[in-house]
Amino acid sequence: MTAVGPATELSIETSGLSKRFGHQLAVDGVDLAVPKGSVFGFLGPNGSGKTTTIRLMLGLAAATSGSVRLLGQDMPGQLHEVLPRVGALVEGPAFYPFLSGAANLHRLDAADPHVPAATRTARVHSALERVGLTHAADKKVRAYSLGMKQRLGIANALLAPRELLVLDEPTNGLDPQGTREIRSLVRSLAANGATVFVSSHLLAEVEQICTHAAIMSAGRLVAQGTLAELRQAGQARIRVLTPDPGAAAEVLARLGLSAAVDGAATPAAPGSTDSNDAGEVLYAPLPAAATAAGAGAVAPEAVVEALVAAGVRVRGFATEQVSLEERFVALTGEGFDVVQ
Amino acid sequence: MLCALAAIPILIAVAVRLSSAVPAGRGPAFLDRITQNGLFVGVTALLVSVPLFLPLTVGVVAGDTVAGEAGLGTLRYLLVAPAGRVRLLLVKYAGAVAFAVTAPLVVALVGAAIGAALFPVGPVTLLSGDSIGAAEALLRLLLIAAYLAVSLMGLSAIGLFMSTLTDVPVGAMASTVVLSVVSQVLDALPQLDWLHPWLFSHYWLDFADLLRQPIAWDSFLTNLLLQGGYIAVFGALAYGRFITKDVLS
Repeated sequence: MTAVGPATELSIETSGLSKRFGHQLAVDGVDLAVPKGSVFGFLGPNGSGKTTTIRLMLGLAAATSGSVRLLGQDMPGQLHEVLPRVGALVEGPAFYPFLSGAANLHRLDAADPHVPAATRTARVHSALERVGLTHAADKKVRAYSLGMKQRLGIANALLAPRELLVLDEPTNGLDPQGTREIRSLVRSLAANGATVFVSSHLLAEVEQICTHAAIMSAGRLVAQGTLAELRQAGQARIRVLTPDPGAAAEVLARLGLSAAVDGAATPAAPGSTDSNDAGEVLYAPLPAAATAAGAGAVAPEAVVEALVAAGVRVRGFATEQVSLEERFVALTGEGFDVVQ
Repeated sequence: MLCALAAIPILIAVAVRLSSAVPAGRGPAFLDRITQNGLFVGVTALLVSVPLFLPLTVGVVAGDTVAGEAGLGTLRYLLVAPAGRVRLLLVKYAGAVAFAVTAPLVVALVGAAIGAALFPVGPVTLLSGDSIGAAEALLRLLLIAAYLAVSLMGLSAIGLFMSTLTDVPVGAMASTVVLSVVSQVLDALPQLDWLHPWLFSHYWLDFADLLRQPIAWDSFLTNLLLQGGYIAVFGALAYGRFITKDVLS
């Protein structure tokens, strides 16, 4: 966990935030620090307390203990000053099925007494345009697909100029095109200076658009920082593709690296157990010093040199950063053993 | 639902029109008078719908106020907008009251209209023996509708409170309607005499005073006071519940 410097202005700041439901502690002492202007990925397995944290942040539920500051103001104390500057998509979109998309946005906009009614029609129109729903504006929401409802939910968050957007699973139910559009939308929002807080369990998504991330597990915040910081906490490794795995492993062992053959698990060489020309894939963790090119460490190029010198036929070589996914799994548990 | 309410006077009027003369003293009060004066369709229809039909529709509307939004999930978006919890509650109660006013009005007006269409309309003899013209009789009919609207405001407040307790609108609707029935059952038990003046349904049928000359306003005022008390108590309960409620739907 990396402390954010005191000089950085924070859009969201929670300290010791906890929420208890009966005997279960859904959110347990969460200290979030979301820098202004960042695209912040809020990660965690299902049921890890992401949505509950968002509800606490937005004043929908009262915290058992701890405090929240949004855009520098206390929540829920200054809720009426803060929330007009915040756009939110919480736990999926929800609309009146018997009203059209535009009518739904009109109604939700009218619920906010702080925005001018005169510009309502124009703002609804431009929000629908931003999410590509202009053609379905007058269609009943009942007839919308899941992806269209999701877009309408995002349009609702964009009804007024916002300084902070809280998007809970924004790409849920969207097709690949829709996902790309949301990605570029998030980027354009961030480029205009807004802070975007995106909760997701789609790691690839977060890796693509976020500058910062935090990982929740069983109600606790287990990691937080910039993406680079999060990845660095894990170890880099080298990947060798060779038809001579035995010889290669010996060379690597001589260099002090412990290799593991992992043919089937990599998508690059599926089914390598049969007579595959490409050979097998070996992974070996690279000591942390090596990535920083410190003295006495094994440089990746030295590994290749040693392999070739030993007559190992190297068909592929790469140094890999630990992906966010591996970091995520390492922190939150594997498969169905996810901590509850 | 207003259409269903409007169907009551139509049903009564058509049934009376098609059948032969109604023997005096059978069926709901005033039923036998309809053939002589169409305006009585409105009165009879109101009388018939007071015990169940009006409380049922009002219970459905009031029970749906907050719980309906919670059930759809739109409650969280209204609160994040931010609509403000107190403001939302007030607007929702105003909506329920608007329905409580409209419902008896629709029954009365549709009754008067269908009565005028199918039967002769003339001067009405009041309970005090005086006779008033058709125009003033219509005014009295509207007064009865207003009396019932006031009567239903307490129930609307109860429905609003029930609605803040749950995320399932049907639950809030059902409990509101059940409460109105329970109140009427308790009101019918002579052993509970002491309780009767405090039941919100106690004065529901006491609009006969509006059919006297001059009008006796006593029951109207007593009813207004009682309903005001229910609005204050259940409004406060709804406020206390909703202001601290964790919106998790």
